[in-house]
Amino acid sequence: METGQFLQYLVTGVTMGSIYALVGLGFTIIFSVTGIINFAQGEFVMLGGMLSFILFDSFGLPMGLTVVLSIAAAALLGILLYLLGIRSARKASPVSLIVITIGASIFVRGVAAEIWTKDPVRPPYFTGSESLSWAGAYIQPQVLWIIGTALVAMIVLHVFFSYTTLGKALRACAISRQAAGLVGIDARAMALIAFGLAAGLGAIGGVVMAPHTTVSYESGVMLGLKGFVAAAIGGFKSHTTAFFGGLLVGIIEALTVAINWGPFRSEYADAVALIALLVILVIRSRSLSAGERAS
Amino acid sequence: MRKWFSLLLVVVILAAAIPLMGCGSEKEAYKVGAIFAQTGTNSSLGTPEAQTVEMMVQRINDAGGIDGHKLEVIVYDTKSLSDECVILTNRLIDQDGVLAIIGPSSTGESLAIKGIVDAAEVPLVSCAAGAQIVTEAPTKWVFKTPQSDVLAVQEMYKYMKSKGWTQIAILTDSGGYGKGGKAALESEAATYGMNIIAKETFDPAGTDMTAQLTNIKNTGAQAFVCWTTSQGAAVVAKNRADLNMTMPLVCSHGVANTTFITNSGAAANGVVFPAGKLLVADQLDDTDPQKDVLLTYKEDFEEAYPGKTADTFGGHAYDALNMVVEALDEVGADKAKIRDYIESEITDWAGTGGIFNITPTDHMGLTEGCFIMVEVVNGEWTWLKTS
Amino acid sequence: MRFGVRALYQNKWAILAFAAMLALLIVVPLSPVLDKYTMLLTFIAINAMVTLGLCLLMGYTGQVSLGQTAFYGIGAYISAILSKTYGVNPWLAMLIAAAAAGLFAYLIGFPIFRLRGNYLAMATLGLVLVVYTLFRELGSLTGGPDGMSGIPHLSIGGLHFNTPATRYFLVWSFCLAALVLSQNIIRSRTGRALRAIHGSEAAAQSVGIDLSRYKVKIFVLSAVYASIAGSLFVHTLRFVNPQPFGFLASVMIVTMAVVGGLASIWGALFGTAVVRILSNEVLLRFGSLDIIVYGLILMVVMIFVPQGLFVGLRDTFQRWRLKRARQEAPT
Repeated sequence: METGQFLQYLVTGVTMGSIYALVGLGFTIIFSVTGIINFAQGEFVMLGGMLSFILFDSFGLPMGLTVVLSIAAAALLGILLYLLGIRSARKASPVSLIVITIGASIFVRGVAAEIWTKDPVRPPYFTGSESLSWAGAYIQPQVLWIIGTALVAMIVLHVFFSYTTLGKALRACAISRQAAGLVGIDARAMALIAFGLAAGLGAIGGVVMAPHTTVSYESGVMLGLKGFVAAAIGGFKSHTTAFFGGLLVGIIEALTVAINWGPFRSEYADAVALIALLVILVIRSRSLSAGERAS
Repeated sequence: MRKWFSLLLVVVILAAAIPLMGCGSEKEAYKVGAIFAQTGTNSSLGTPEAQTVEMMVQRINDAGGIDGHKLEVIVYDTKSLSDECVILTNRLIDQDGVLAIIGPSSTGESLAIKGIVDAAEVPLVSCAAGAQIVTEAPTKWVFKTPQSDVLAVQEMYKYMKSKGWTQIAILTDSGGYGKGGKAALESEAATYGMNIIAKETFDPAGTDMTAQLTNIKNTGAQAFVCWTTSQGAAVVAKNRADLNMTMPLVCSHGVANTTFITNSGAAANGVVFPAGKLLVADQLDDTDPQKDVLLTYKEDFEEAYPGKTADTFGGHAYDALNMVVEALDEVGADKAKIRDYIESEITDWAGTGGIFNITPTDHMGLTEGCFIMVEVVNGEWTWLKTS
Repeated sequence: MRFGVRALYQNKWAILAFAAMLALLIVVPLSPVLDKYTMLLTFIAINAMVTLGLCLLMGYTGQVSLGQTAFYGIGAYISAILSKTYGVNPWLAMLIAAAAAGLFAYLIGFPIFRLRGNYLAMATLGLVLVVYTLFRELGSLTGGPDGMSGIPHLSIGGLHFNTPATRYFLVWSFCLAALVLSQNIIRSRTGRALRAIHGSEAAAQSVGIDLSRYKVKIFVLSAVYASIAGSLFVHTLRFVNPQPFGFLASVMIVTMAVVGGLASIWGALFGTAVVRILSNEVLLRFGSLDIIVYGLILMVVMIFVPQGLFVGLRDTFQRWRLKRARQEAPT
C-alpha cells in the first residue's frame, strides 16, 4: 500500500473519528457531573445538522448565523431535557433516568421525521467543495473543518476545565457531588450546565458534519452508539481519553475496510472496532486492578 | 344517583343508535388492508407507499367509489419489524375483515406473512423487491408489483457492455436490498461477460464511504456499480467526487429519487442508472402504453402532496391497489375471486412499473423492457435511449 | 411484601390477582370477542421472558445490559438453523441453543463481573453488535438480512402447536413457568445471596458472599431465558431475520424492564405488556405520529413513576391496605 492510499484511509478515519470524539465528550461531561448516561446525545448531533439546514433552506438565513443558532438551540434543548426530564424525576434511580433519555431520543427522532422531513438533507459546504490534494490523498475542505473543530473544542474544553472557576466547579462535581456541595457548589446548577454544554458540543459536531455526510432523522442513532463507545473507553470520566477513543474508533473502522482480508472487511467494520476497544478496555482495567492489588 | 344512571343509559342508547341510523341506504364499503414500513429502516419505502394509497382512496371515493361501494383502506405501520407485520396482518384479517392486503414494503416482512395469508386465503399484493416472495412456496395467494432486481441488473449490464466496461467493481449496502442486488449482479455477470474484480459493502445508513471507494479506486476497474437507496448513494456519489475519481458510476434503480440529486449536488452528474419509466413520463412516446398511467399517477400524487415528487416506490403501491380495485370492480367482495381475477385477468396491464402479465406460474408479471437507462445531466434526469 | 409462591397462600389479594390474570389468559383465545388479541399476547409472553431475565440481571447486579437481544437472537437462529436446515428435533434444538447461550454468557460474564466498574454495558453492547453482524453476514447459514422462512412448528407427540391458540397456550406455559421458577430462585439460597448483594455489596462481601459468582449465575440465567424465548419466537413466527435482535431492540427491552420495575418478577411481565399494548393498540390511532407520542409517554411514565409502574402500583396498593387496616383496627 502506498503512502497516498494509506493517508487517505487515515483521513477517513480521523474525519469520522472526530465526530465520534465530540459525541463521546458529550457523554462524558454529562455522566461525570450527573451520573446519567444520556441516550439522547446522538440526537443533539442530528439536531445541529438538521437545524442548520432548515434555517438555511426554509428561512434563507446565511450559514454563519444558522450555525450559531443551531448550536444555541440544541444547547437550550439540552437544558430543557434536564429541567423537564431529569430534574422533575425526584426519586429516580440512574437507570430510570436513562430510560427518560431514551424516551427523549425517541421523541426527538419522531419530531424530526414528522415535522421536518424523513429525507436526508445537506446544508451547503462552509468553504467550498473542491478537494485539496495532499501527499497523494484528497481532502475535502469540510473535512478540515470537522477535524479542526474537534481539536479546537478539545483544547477549549481542556482550558475550561483546568483554568476557569466554572470548569473547576464542574470537575469538582464529577469527583464528588457531596464534597462539592460542602464547598458551596450547587450540584443542580452544574448538572444544568453539563447538559447544555454536552448538547452544544454534539450540535457543533452535527453542524460541521452535515455538509460532508448529509443528515437525516436517524443519523443520531449510530453516532450515539459510537460516541458511547468512545466515552466508555474513557470510563465515562476522562475527557481526553474519550476524545482519543473516538478518534481510535474512526481509525479502526477505516482501516478494517482497508485491510479487506478475513474478518477485517467492510461488512464487519462496526463489530471489529467495538471488539478491539473492548479488548483494550479489559486489558487496561486488569492492569489497573492489578496495580491496585499490588499497592 | 339514580337520575344520573338513567341519563347515562339514555346517552349510551343514543350513541349506539346513531351509527345504525344512516346504514340502510348505503352499500357496504370494500375494505382493503395496507401495511407499510412508515417508520424504521424501511421508511423511505413505506412513506411514499402510504401516501400514494391515501391519495388514491380520496380520489376513488370522490369519484363515487367502486361500483357505488366506498373504498376503505386501513393503513398500518409495521415499523420495519417482521413480528409487528405479523400482528398487524392478523389484525387486518381477523379484526378488520379485509378482502385483500397490499404491502408490506420489504422482502423480510413479506416472507414473514406469506404463511398467514395463505392459511387465511386472503390475496396479498406485496410491494417488496425480493423475487423469492413469489417463487418460493406458498405462492398461491401472493403477488407482487416491484420489478425483480435481476431485471435491473440485466439492463445495467447491457449498457455497461455496450460501453466496453467489463472489469467492474461492485459496492453494495449490507441490508436486504443491497444483498439482493449483489446476488443478482453476481448471477448475471457471466451472461454479459462482466468480470467483478472487487466487492465492497457498507452500512446503508453510513455517512462516509471514502475508505471503500479508496479500495475500489485502487483496483483499476473500468467502472463500478453502487447498489443502495438514494440516501447512501448520495454519499457515495459525493465521496467519489471528493476523491477525484474518474471511474464511471452506475447505480441501481433505488436512486430514482430527487433527494439523490439534491444531496449529491454536482457530484450526481454523469451517474447512470436503470429506472422505471416514471422518471421520464413526459418524454415518452404517445404510443407508449404506460404513458397515461405514469402521467396520471405523477400528476395526482404531486397535486395531493405539493413539493414532493412521485417516485417508484409509491408507484409499486399504486399498481398494487389498482389491481385490487379493478378486481373488486369486476368480481365484488369475494377474496377467492379477487385472487383469481388478478392471476388471470392482469394481462398486458399497464402499470407504473411496467407492462404486467400475471400468470399462474408468474405472480409478478414483469419481464425485460420495464427499465430504461437514465443519466443525470446538469441536475436533471435524461433518458439514455439505447438503440 | 412479595408475591412469592409461598407468599401467595398468605396474601389473599395476590391469589386473587393471579387467579384473575390466569382466568383472563385462558379466556382470551377462546372468546370470539377477545381472540383477536391472541397473537399480541403471544408475543408479549415471549418478550416478557427476555425482559424477566433482564429485570433480574439489572435488579440484582446494578449494571445495565444492552445486549439481551443477542441471546434472544442466538436462541432464535440456532433453533431455526438446526430445525430447518439440519432437521434436528425442535425441542433438542431449543436445548442446544439454550446451552450455547448460557455458555456465551458464562464466557463473557466471568471476566466482566470480576472487574470493578460497570463494564457490562460495553461488553453486552459489543456482543449484540457482533452477533447482529454475524446474523446479517453469514448468509448461507442464516439467510442474511432477509432471513429464512419455513421453520417447523413445535409438537409433542400428536399435539401440533401450529394454530394461534395452541401456540398461545404453549408460550404462556413457558412464560408462567419462568416467572414462577424465578420466584423460587429468589426464595432459595442463591436468591438470598442475591438479595444481600442488592441490599449492600460491601455488607454481602463481609459475610463471605462471592459477588462475581452470583452475578455470573444470574447473567447466565437471563441468557437462557432469552434464548428459550428466541426459540419459541421462531417456532411461532416460523420465520426469522436479524431485525428484532439489534441494538435498538435491546434498548427497548431495557425500557420494558424499567417501566415495569427492576428486581420485580411480575414487573417484567407488566412492563412488557404495557409497552407492547401501547405500541400495538393505543398508538395505532395516532398514525405516523405514534413515535412522538410513544417517546413522550415513556418520559412521562418514568418521571412520575420512576420505580416502575408495577412496583409503583403495588406499593400504592400496599399503602391503601395499610391505611384501611389502621382505620379498621381498634385504637
